[in-house]
Amino acid sequence: MNTAIEPERYELTAEPIYHFELRRRDFFKALGGGIAVFCLLDRSFAGQESGRARHGFNEPLPQEISAWLHIGENGEVTVYTGKVEVGQNIRSSLTQAVAEELSVEPGFVRMLMGDTDHVPFDMGTFGSRTTPTMNPQLRRAAAAARETLIALAAEAWKTDPAKLTAANGAVTDPDSKRSASFAELAKGRELAKAIPAEDPLTPATQWKIMGKPLGKVTGRDIVTGRHRYPSDIKLPGMLYGKVLRPPAFGATLTSFDAHDAEQFPGVTVVHDGNFAGVVAPNPRIAQSALAALKATWNSPPPKTSSTLLYEYLKKNAGPAEERAGSTTGSIEQGLAQASRRLRQTYTVAYIAHAPLEPRAAVAEWKDGKLSVWTGTQRPFGVRSELAETFRLAEDHVRVVMPDMGSGYGGKHSGEAAVEAARLAQAAHRPVKLVWTREEEFTWAYFRPAGVIEVSAGIASDGAITAWEFHNYNSGAAAIGTPYNIPSQRIQFHPVDSPLRQGSYRSLAATANHFARESFMDELAHLAKMDPLEFRLKNLTDARFRAALEAAAEKFGWGKSQPRPGHGFGIAGGFDKGGYVATCAEVAVEPSARQVRVVRVVTAFDCGAVVNPDGLRNQIEGANNMGLGGALFEAIEFENGRILNPHFAQYRVPRFSDAPAIEVVLIDRKDVPSAGAGETPIVGIAPAVGNAIFAASGQRQRALPMAPKGV
Amino acid sequence: MPKVTELLINGVKYSVDVDAGASLLSVLRDDLDLTGSKYGCGEGQCGACTVLIGGSPRRSCITPVGEAARKPITTIEGLERDGRLHPVQQAFLDEDVMQCGYCTSGMIMTTVGLLTIHPDPSDDVIAHHLEGHICRCGTYPRIIAAVRRAAKSLHEVRS
Repeated sequence: MNTAIEPERYELTAEPIYHFELRRRDFFKALGGGIAVFCLLDRSFAGQESGRARHGFNEPLPQEISAWLHIGENGEVTVYTGKVEVGQNIRSSLTQAVAEELSVEPGFVRMLMGDTDHVPFDMGTFGSRTTPTMNPQLRRAAAAARETLIALAAEAWKTDPAKLTAANGAVTDPDSKRSASFAELAKGRELAKAIPAEDPLTPATQWKIMGKPLGKVTGRDIVTGRHRYPSDIKLPGMLYGKVLRPPAFGATLTSFDAHDAEQFPGVTVVHDGNFAGVVAPNPRIAQSALAALKATWNSPPPKTSSTLLYEYLKKNAGPAEERAGSTTGSIEQGLAQASRRLRQTYTVAYIAHAPLEPRAAVAEWKDGKLSVWTGTQRPFGVRSELAETFRLAEDHVRVVMPDMGSGYGGKHSGEAAVEAARLAQAAHRPVKLVWTREEEFTWAYFRPAGVIEVSAGIASDGAITAWEFHNYNSGAAAIGTPYNIPSQRIQFHPVDSPLRQGSYRSLAATANHFARESFMDELAHLAKMDPLEFRLKNLTDARFRAALEAAAEKFGWGKSQPRPGHGFGIAGGFDKGGYVATCAEVAVEPSARQVRVVRVVTAFDCGAVVNPDGLRNQIEGANNMGLGGALFEAIEFENGRILNPHFAQYRVPRFSDAPAIEVVLIDRKDVPSAGAGETPIVGIAPAVGNAIFAASGQRQRALPMAPKGV
Repeated sequence: MPKVTELLINGVKYSVDVDAGASLLSVLRDDLDLTGSKYGCGEGQCGACTVLIGGSPRRSCITPVGEAARKPITTIEGLERDGRLHPVQQAFLDEDVMQCGYCTSGMIMTTVGLLTIHPDPSDDVIAHHLEGHICRCGTYPRIIAAVRRAAKSLHEVRS
């Protein structure tokens, strides 16, 4: 992503300053005096990071501002950003960014995240965008704050700012040994500065705080149980809600009788169109009252079931979407040049994110204003949903997002927030709603299922001459091939999905990598070449090659033979600025039809590494999470119902499934940092599938590969 | 239904007025605002709600509060003493285990229980005892490392 602003776009820096000046007094009134630095956005980022709210009126500040940093009169450094902490540990990595450029210990920096009344607009925390966009913006803000503090000291001491240094929360003159703390310098000031997007930054080779491990900054609050997740929020006078769920997707309420439920003490029943729910003094009474509601529903005929799913997806595919630059050369000519041809079909099941904290919200109406504390990756998106649902101006809705119990792309929507708000509106009291595990498995959205058809031809020397790739429904992320193939046709075919579907960690990059890298393995065997050698023969991308070679070397690829019943597999790719290669060793127990992943090596290159231990944690975790979708996880459904909405029926990876994982970090200090929360997950499924083939001769073309053994 | 009127949690007597059949987790979280124990599934399948009852790890979501009455209950809030973390808490910090951290309190409570009966557990024993706990972020290797570290530091405290 290009971060530079072209000269003719300098109006971006001027216009918001004007708007900001109008608001400065309010800003300092809210925060107290001191020094504030506003980050202005390059408009090329604005599409995702700042974007436009659906209701863009009454915004407190111009949307070209992406974040701000405030140094209070007490010297406290506070950063305000709409990005949120969902387990990817950006609270730590963004703290490092500010600490680095401000030359303070990380402990000096406080991050205020995801509170729509106090942070600038942000589209949401997804797409591995925080590290490539918010991190450099905060660094620029911190660098500008440092320069401002130095200038203030230089003015006071009547000296040259160039010789002053800022470190450990103070500006020092090395000649006169004079020193002034940030607090002393900020005292009595109301200084504001807006910075353009291209201020110079400290190069990665000179980092002192970034590039080194920093643990979870809220770790102590978590190990003591003090941290309040969204489902832990409690307000004075708060009641507890439950929502009546239909028996099938799309069902409509045909009759409703609340008489019995209303007999419970303190219960309010809410019925509004197709929505029905109860509010009670505690969750046990709410559950009893919910069970006492009498309702009949009309269910529409189901579109399909999980057993007929893949036929359905093929039959109901819409017109193909050509991906930009995805058709080159001539498939027919490419195939004519091939000495061998192959065609295979791969399938990917619907899976659930199953974040350990289900959707939860606490809603409060006060003086015509709605406030909701909820777990979401898009606080401003949820604010828009609430404003639209309740016909409020956006500035009459506040969404607060306490660091939550994970999301994995599954909490982009505001269902629980809207439901809690409707219940609270009826009860005239704050209401908490926590979805049950069954609700989370049923009424959230799923990672799209898909069918992927691949065909290719190879020449006698192993060069791929033609490549055709069709993805039905699962998605277009990383659908293109990184290999050098002269003739390609790559298409995504959208389908009217039978289940509600949406984002998931890495989106369809997992499905597309599974199909592509499994098929590459099949082609390697067809060419009678080693799978690594075959990939390298068809690959010139230096960073992808380096990742494959680094993983292979650490794994000992080609150096030893697997033990009987064991097999080795390799796979890799790139997406969202990150390059990944994964080698896996599996053990297949033929009589028990069991697969165990013994050992995994993942090499990853996401540019300059910001927090090496945090990155390792993400890569280890991505491999373990990815094992679920690779081996076991699949949503089963029939007649508009989910058949396995419990952890006892929907198997996720547990301790005994976790392999030994070795991580190789390729730290490219010469390349801007990319995000790392997603792409490390894409290598594990094809690497394991290829290893199962090596161990057993059974080719795996369906995810999950071993729901009940191979 | 019989009522429970008193609970002994983290050495403190709490007055309550709840049906004996209510889930202990709900009473802890909703009645007493002890929210360190988490709801993850309500079915005893994920371990996020784990507390110690009489020193043994129990799934509070499927434990009727009547079964826990008159027994000492320890929750995550009761491990820190005078501002000093329990060695298991410290080990989770030192190994930088946490991503979202939602499973952490349950993992820590089971580990505290495990290390009282197995002071020096092998990795297999650790995995076996924690098998009923889910970490969706997949930090399993770090949790095992934290348990090993905690075992070592508890051993040093004893000797």
